[in-house]
Amino acid sequence: MTMNSVTQISNHAMDIKISPRLAKNVRRNVKERIIELILMLAALSAVATTFAIVGILLYESLGFFKTVSVVEFFTATEWTPLFEDAHYGIMPLISGTLTTSAVALALAVPVGTIAAIYLSEFASHKAREIVKPILELLVGVPTVVFGYFALLFVTPLLQKIFPELPGFNMLSAGLVMGVMIIPYIASVAEDAMRAVPMSMREGSYAMGATRFQTAIRVVTPAAVSGIVAAYILAISRAVGETMVVAVAAGQQPNLTFNPMESAATITAYIVQVAMGDLPHGSIGYQSIFAAGLVLMVMTLGFNIIGHIVRKKYREQY
Amino acid sequence: MNSNTSPTKASVIENLGAVRAMIRRHKRNDIIFAIVGLLALMLGLITLLTLFIDLVMDGYARFNPQFFTDYPSRRAASAGLLSAWVGSALVMLVTFLTAVPMGVAAGLYLEEYAPKNWFSDLIEINVSNLAGVPSIVYGLLALGLFVYILDFGQSILTAGLTLGLLILPIVIVSTREAIRAIPVAIREAAYAVGATKWQVVSDHVVKYSQGGILTGVIIGMARALGETAPIITIGALTFIAFLPPSPVTTTPPFINFEWLSSGFTVLPIQMFNWLSRPDHAFHINAAATGAIIILVTLLMNGTAIWLRYKIRKNIKW
Amino acid sequence: MINATTPIKAESRDLNFYYSNGTQALKGINMPLYENKITALIGPSGCGKSTFLRCFNRMHDLYPGNKYDGQIIMHPDNTNILDKGVDPIEVRMRISMVFQKPNPFPKSIYENVAYGLRVRGESNKRLLDDKVEEALKGAALWNEVKDRLQDLAFNLSGGQQQRLCIARALATDPEIMLFDEPTSALDPIATANIEELMSELRNKLTILVVTHNMQQAARISDYTAYMYLGDLIEYGDTDMIFTRPTRKETEDYITGKFG
Repeated sequence: MTMNSVTQISNHAMDIKISPRLAKNVRRNVKERIIELILMLAALSAVATTFAIVGILLYESLGFFKTVSVVEFFTATEWTPLFEDAHYGIMPLISGTLTTSAVALALAVPVGTIAAIYLSEFASHKAREIVKPILELLVGVPTVVFGYFALLFVTPLLQKIFPELPGFNMLSAGLVMGVMIIPYIASVAEDAMRAVPMSMREGSYAMGATRFQTAIRVVTPAAVSGIVAAYILAISRAVGETMVVAVAAGQQPNLTFNPMESAATITAYIVQVAMGDLPHGSIGYQSIFAAGLVLMVMTLGFNIIGHIVRKKYREQY
Repeated sequence: MNSNTSPTKASVIENLGAVRAMIRRHKRNDIIFAIVGLLALMLGLITLLTLFIDLVMDGYARFNPQFFTDYPSRRAASAGLLSAWVGSALVMLVTFLTAVPMGVAAGLYLEEYAPKNWFSDLIEINVSNLAGVPSIVYGLLALGLFVYILDFGQSILTAGLTLGLLILPIVIVSTREAIRAIPVAIREAAYAVGATKWQVVSDHVVKYSQGGILTGVIIGMARALGETAPIITIGALTFIAFLPPSPVTTTPPFINFEWLSSGFTVLPIQMFNWLSRPDHAFHINAAATGAIIILVTLLMNGTAIWLRYKIRKNIKW
Repeated sequence: MINATTPIKAESRDLNFYYSNGTQALKGINMPLYENKITALIGPSGCGKSTFLRCFNRMHDLYPGNKYDGQIIMHPDNTNILDKGVDPIEVRMRISMVFQKPNPFPKSIYENVAYGLRVRGESNKRLLDDKVEEALKGAALWNEVKDRLQDLAFNLSGGQQQRLCIARALATDPEIMLFDEPTSALDPIATANIEELMSELRNKLTILVVTHNMQQAARISDYTAYMYLGDLIEYGDTDMIFTRPTRKETEDYITGKFG
């Protein structure tokens, strides 16, 4: 396309006695525009990916909901799509997801927040320079390795304390997930606290407050929007986690909120089905997309809320 | 007005003893919190160390060169990683070729070309959204779209594309940040000598942001190496006793693409598979694999962090 | 006029100060603060007046590496504020500060004023209520906020926020109040309010104020100190400094020849 139209233009140009320099300008402009177009298409890939994800989830879920009613989906208490006598209630998977996430957050929120306060208000500059990259390294550890840790180290350890704890349980998986999430919370919360202006701290110290009093009474309340945003994003991370729970929490859907039992999360179910042999288009196949849709809605919801909260705190200073 | 009429004058020198005792009490809280904060920070680090030591101790028996040259086998002692690490390498190649050109191009577009309007906002929202999508949802996308609708099958191509999309936001964001670090003055100088936009971008912008982009690419690739969930969902086979066809051949045309449509396995999947077996002997293999994966990802992430640190120190505009 | 019976609240003796990078910001400053009087510090940017001010409440301790050399003696107890054995927290409970830009906490008006008391362990509601009201009245802010004490302090105007900061500093009955260019971020009306307030406050306590505005110093202070590049060039009665300065440098600065 390029060369022909450009040649045509430059031929025409010679007819009308346009200078060669102008013709070269036209050629160059066309080239610039094409490059810009290519770059723009690359950028649109992000939009295309979102559409593709939403599209495929909806498409297959639609197929699923032709067989299963939405009411049953949300109210039935068993999830056994692969059985002869199949039930399609997603609540057991949701309870598994929520319980493991709750355990994870019960650990990560206090530890992460305290770590953030320490890093922001107590640690020296040099200490911070060393610790922050280490936190980043933690984030990079593959989750399947944490799954191993939960199954073969943490669970036996916990069984020494709770002898009746089953080999697959939500407590181990939740605790390990919590440790995985600590760096997320610590990092975002610490950023929020560092954004609090020094003049506010000076105001507090000038009143005779100690470091601890300043950190808790002034800095933390000032950064609260950012801290809450960190929590919400952590929830999203916990809900979407797959490998730790697939390996250590169990594969049997179980409608319970007791972390000492085994249960399957939404993510673990998808993994389990995908590992098996399911004919394309079967109800079992479609069920993972329906489950994935629920997961997507949950994480999207949390991401949006977190984003809104974070925008709110940016406006204060 | 005489301040001595106030009945509750909080004079310090009149209550010196009590005041000093109170200050001492409060300062004790400072120390207690500092200890607790340090412990909180260390929790993640200690867990990581425990995890690594546990893996090394468990997997010790399999740390020999044979482990890397053996195929998986029914007998744990002779099951090796050959197909897994070759598979990982090939999938990483496709991931790289997917994510880097598209991601850098998208980042360039967003920073250099896109006007500030709803269109670029839309793209930005999508990018930050995609960063928060659970990795297993990418697996569902791949399964529904790549494996079946586009009929790429359960192949290296599918895996590479999926992981490429997964790390696309990472590449885009680090490209943008690297570009933003370049001062406007350099661009203005280039334009002032009559360079076109694309010349400025390719000669200057890309060149100066290379370091930052490379950092992001390394982090993305480390992430892709350790990802398990999306690959399981695609259906990576786990008992692969063969290698995909080599991309480079000795006969013309010297490059073939058969390997793209080949079945495969990757390191984290192999670990997951061995971990899921009840036979404890395979757990040793899983541990060894886990140690190797952690080492590689830590090395890659460490390199990226070190690279970023050096860039920050070296740049003297 | 300084006379022999005017009591001194605090005085610096041969005070030197070094920042963590080694620069000497104060050179041998000897200066008294007379009780219940306003002392103003004037001088061009970088002369060390804020640095000197911040020595009084040990603010420099917040940033590692700074060094004090010399003494600041508080009367009547003869304590050297700068002594390593003296706790900065104790010093700050006796000497409070109002900053250049109003810096209220993200709390209600009431809680801002009560902060100093709460930090001291005070939790008796009635006592806090009384002290808050007294402090807000002392800062000439009570009538404007008495019906909305639970409102966020951020919602006040700039001038009101600064008066709130003054109330906050007042609530703990300090012996000395330090003001660091308190009106430079405010409009003329708010400035006038604060100046009037400071004049009244001197009856209760001793005030040291840094100002870049010479007219302000002439308006409100009893004593003025002119500083230049870390040295105390001249100190005296405000009237004398502004009408018959002894040193040429002082005269040059006051007549606007530089700075």
